[in-house]
Amino acid sequence: MRTGTTRSVRQRLLSTVAGFGALALAACLLAPVVGSTRISLARVFDRSVPFAENVDAQIFFVARLPRTLAGAVVGASLAASGVVLQALLRNPLASPFTLGVSAGAALGAMLALTLAVPVAIGGVTAVPIASFAGALGAVVIVYLLATVRHRGLSTEVLLLAGVTLNAFFSALILFVQYFADPAETFRTVRWLMGDLDVSSYEPIVASLPFLATAFAVFAWLPRPLNLLALGPESAASRGVNVHAAQRAAFFSASVATGAAVSVGGPVGFMGIVVPHLVRLLVGADHRLVLPASALFGAAFLVACDVVARTALAPLELPVGVITALIGGPFFLWLLVRRR
Amino acid sequence: MLEAADVSFGYGDTLVLRGASVHVARGSLVGVLGPNGSGKTTLLRLLAGTERPLAGRVTLDGADLRTIPRRALARRLAVVPQETHLAFDYTVLDIALMGRYPHLGPFELEGPDDVTVARKALEATGTLPLEHRLFTTLSGGEKQRAIIASALAQFARLDDGGDARGQDGGTPGEILLLDEPTAALDLHYQIEVATLVRQLNARRGLTIVVCTHDLNFAASICRELVLLKDGRVIATGPTADTLTPAHVRALYGVAADVRYHEAAGHLTVVPTARAGA
Repeated sequence: MRTGTTRSVRQRLLSTVAGFGALALAACLLAPVVGSTRISLARVFDRSVPFAENVDAQIFFVARLPRTLAGAVVGASLAASGVVLQALLRNPLASPFTLGVSAGAALGAMLALTLAVPVAIGGVTAVPIASFAGALGAVVIVYLLATVRHRGLSTEVLLLAGVTLNAFFSALILFVQYFADPAETFRTVRWLMGDLDVSSYEPIVASLPFLATAFAVFAWLPRPLNLLALGPESAASRGVNVHAAQRAAFFSASVATGAAVSVGGPVGFMGIVVPHLVRLLVGADHRLVLPASALFGAAFLVACDVVARTALAPLELPVGVITALIGGPFFLWLLVRRR
Repeated sequence: MLEAADVSFGYGDTLVLRGASVHVARGSLVGVLGPNGSGKTTLLRLLAGTERPLAGRVTLDGADLRTIPRRALARRLAVVPQETHLAFDYTVLDIALMGRYPHLGPFELEGPDDVTVARKALEATGTLPLEHRLFTTLSGGEKQRAIIASALAQFARLDDGGDARGQDGGTPGEILLLDEPTAALDLHYQIEVATLVRQLNARRGLTIVVCTHDLNFAASICRELVLLKDGRVIATGPTADTLTPAHVRALYGVAADVRYHEAAGHLTVVPTARAGA
């Protein structure tokens, strides 16, 4: 338990961002260098060798760097979305996937894989586009259900609708899978595990406008989210526009999750493990928890991906396997710890 | 000062309040009494501006609550709910600092003056020694007092030269609304909270409205009562005139003896009808 924290919020914010920022930076700088094949940084940046003949540069720029960047972007987004949704639902065990976003994304991705949709926009293939569309579809359905018979947003309906939609979309996925051939099924299962093997920068770049918008909203959210922890009525009586804050939280977290999933698939447990570890370190204040979780999420997923690439080399595991192996037991420990 | 005129409100098709009128004078300590489901909490929400009446209007110094920006209102009017369950582990000082919300811009971090205000509010409710404790580890009475401190922190203004005025002299015009403050508390904490509420009214000049179904608690602190039944006000006035056996029977359908208790120094209500009789 933290005691005697008399330092001002500003000081704590600065030291938190500096500490977790350094961690994220270190992870992103080290990850592309580490791997099953040793590469020499001198050769990577050696301009005298043409790129087509420079294997080290190819490994660095084509295989590892996009993967690292994808890990940073996806990890930061899922962890931050987890923080926002836990605060919105006033439930520390909620995750970015609780509200049906991942199932919607999975349905979209699977349809694109199964139907072998040839569409591509600006170098981005059909799967990320379809998964993002599926995520947004799920978000809209859940939102409409939670607002149709309520003034404002009913977080209870939000939770129930999300859980139900997850189950229903999973049923649809199984239904379509039943008729798919084994190769398609394998690719869908692989996608569902969460994998950062993007092999290009396009999906990352394409996700950035959405993530930038979501993170701009995230910058405004921490104070209303703190007040919401007291309960919507207490927050309202302290001057918080509760409905506006809830809507902003729901849509920003959903868009960030959808964009992250379109890049890396539904990488599990990021949105639970990271926020909780961060809370153990910095306390409950969302002004610290949100930026710290984003930075630590980036570092954590990049590090997990290094493990996924190297643990069984030359085999490359999907990173979702690693995060689940760490996250599952951690989640159970959390449940038991919460009396 | 704070007035509900002929207000009605309902959830779905059922009306919870049917044309209730309440006048809360500056510096008064008003108890709203009534059985479960009589509309007490709803009336409090309308007075707080967190719900809007379907008919009638609520005014603060003559201005319709709808026309007062929520942050401006929050600097003058604070609400203490029956119970507060936190989803995350905030410290007691964090909770008190949340009262500073209506004084800070969207990206503004609270400064040393806000911390001073928050700590003074904790001091006023006797919770300053608990400032670094986690809220979830407090007893029911301590929680209630910490939440009252958070409400008090909403009032103090820093704009006069920037110094943190704790408003110890009392600033008339600030209103505290409490919903069943003792419902979840045992006898010891009930008295603790009752004493605090009376002090805040007497020493700080806070205007206080308390919703309760605890007749003796209301009799011990309130100078005026509003009796609510089925969404209507059936009586209102000074406690001594309003708390009568006839009214208790009208509210709860129970025969009761109401008499002045010398040692306690206030009216007490003892139900006399035996169960099953």
